[in-house]
Amino acid sequence: MKINLLDIAHGRSGDKGDAANIGIIAYDDKGFEIIKKYLTAEKVKKHFDGICLGKVERYELPNLRALNFLLHNTLGGGGTVSLKFDAQGKTLAAALLRMEIDVNDKN
Amino acid sequence: MRDKIKIASGQGFWGDLIDAPYNQVTGGDIDYLVMDYLAEVTMSILQKQKNKNPKLGYAKDIPELMKRILPVCVEKKIKVITNGGGVNPVACAEAVVEVAKSLGINNLKIAVVLGDDIKDRLDEIINAGCNLNNMDTGEPITKVKNDILSANVYFGALPIVEGLKLGADIVITGRTTDTGLTLAPMIYEFGWDKDNFNLMSAGTVAGHILECGAQSSGGNFLGDWQSIPNMAEIGFPIAEAFPNGEFIITKHKGTGGKVSFETVAEQLVYEIGDPKAYITPDCVADFSSIKLEDLGNDRVKVFNITGEKATEFYKVSCSYSHGYSASASLTYSWPQALTKAKAADKILRKRLENLNLNFEEVRSEYIGYNSCHGPLSTEIDEDKINEIMLRVAVRSMDYGSVERFGKEIAPLILTGPPGVTGFAGGRPKPSEVVAYWPALMPKDLVKPEVKIIEV
Repeated sequence: MKINLLDIAHGRSGDKGDAANIGIIAYDDKGFEIIKKYLTAEKVKKHFDGICLGKVERYELPNLRALNFLLHNTLGGGGTVSLKFDAQGKTLAAALLRMEIDVNDKN
Repeated sequence: MRDKIKIASGQGFWGDLIDAPYNQVTGGDIDYLVMDYLAEVTMSILQKQKNKNPKLGYAKDIPELMKRILPVCVEKKIKVITNGGGVNPVACAEAVVEVAKSLGINNLKIAVVLGDDIKDRLDEIINAGCNLNNMDTGEPITKVKNDILSANVYFGALPIVEGLKLGADIVITGRTTDTGLTLAPMIYEFGWDKDNFNLMSAGTVAGHILECGAQSSGGNFLGDWQSIPNMAEIGFPIAEAFPNGEFIITKHKGTGGKVSFETVAEQLVYEIGDPKAYITPDCVADFSSIKLEDLGNDRVKVFNITGEKATEFYKVSCSYSHGYSASASLTYSWPQALTKAKAADKILRKRLENLNLNFEEVRSEYIGYNSCHGPLSTEIDEDKINEIMLRVAVRSMDYGSVERFGKEIAPLILTGPPGVTGFAGGRPKPSEVVAYWPALMPKDLVKPEVKIIEV
């Protein structure tokens, strides 16, 4: 079964130098179990192929039903060095919520 | 000791809603108004202003704002804490003194926190054995030393606490952490021990929730954003803090926006790295410990916060000049809007190439198609797209190359694909690129000073 991440979670993104942070929050405990299991650093890295040029770090905040991802080398140099229209990665949380999760996928 | 204090957020950044601080002091009872004005880029802008005029270098909105809120703050005994002093907090305080005098207000005490500005002390600090190595690349600061525009240490809550203990009604600082502005009144009012790192972390978390203004009360909310009522009159967040470190996030009654588990949780995950190590000069807070309880009616209880001892270092943020950049845009209409915009980009790049200009980067984006989500953007049916804006940005160490790029945009209107408009702003001018140099410095190399200025 395929689930749209947008339907089970929300989030917010921002900049930390040239890295972007994306916090993803599940709407309920069931949703958190799904993102905890299926939203791996590898999947996020692959999703942002061509955008995130560095490594992806993943952290859990179970009390908030949330995961935090740090995407290194993502914002074109960061700050005022970046030529990106979205130099602060403000829209990247929505970009991650585009993901479809296959909940039968055991990988 | 008080059993509860209310701390209200008045600004999330310099440029935030002008009326927000006034609405916070008039819309209900609060004890403290905290205002964050300083982004990293702000410090270099302020330093340039101070270089031109030694009386400037602080958030210029402050005197005008004080004219409106000071009479209310004096009457209701609301204390104001802000880092809007920028690189010249004394001048900021003197401007506020003038405002107070013009309003006939006497007996006003302003504490100014000094010592964060280390721009003129860099040699001394390097000689003391601290190379201010770049935290990301490890390079010593000597690499960019001649291009440095500003250099500041991030102080925490303690210098502000000292100001409050000296009886200050207003505390104006330079580079202080956003979270320190909120933590300080808790330490002062509740008599917290600075070595109780769970309490330091609780106040720090409260500061993180308040520091971006309405971003925790329904603004920029990516959940069910259409459920947020009356965003036009959005209420900024308020922390009702208790001596045990628990606090409730709320907003004034009758204001727009919403405070819920979801709106607060979104702000908690904003711009964080490892949640177990949220490092400030006051503590290392563990954001994974935070629990939220939605009490309904725009009230969310925040509790269970733990943290560890602060590190031996202050973070230092230096800004340095790193070349020039410019961006320009042109809008192409239906039919074939995207194809036309891409053709124009190709023509522009060929012309730039023929001119032998020197760029570190040339970036093209298509607004209406992929400027936000890049390769994740879905393919579009050109017949259904009404218009596309081509945005091209360049960066170079060579001013002349960036300036010449600016002269190559308007000609595309008469010498490129048809159906183009939207070039009304004149040639884009090169602007200075300001890069950042984050570093660490042992705390004992700098000492915050608190100066009292009285009206």
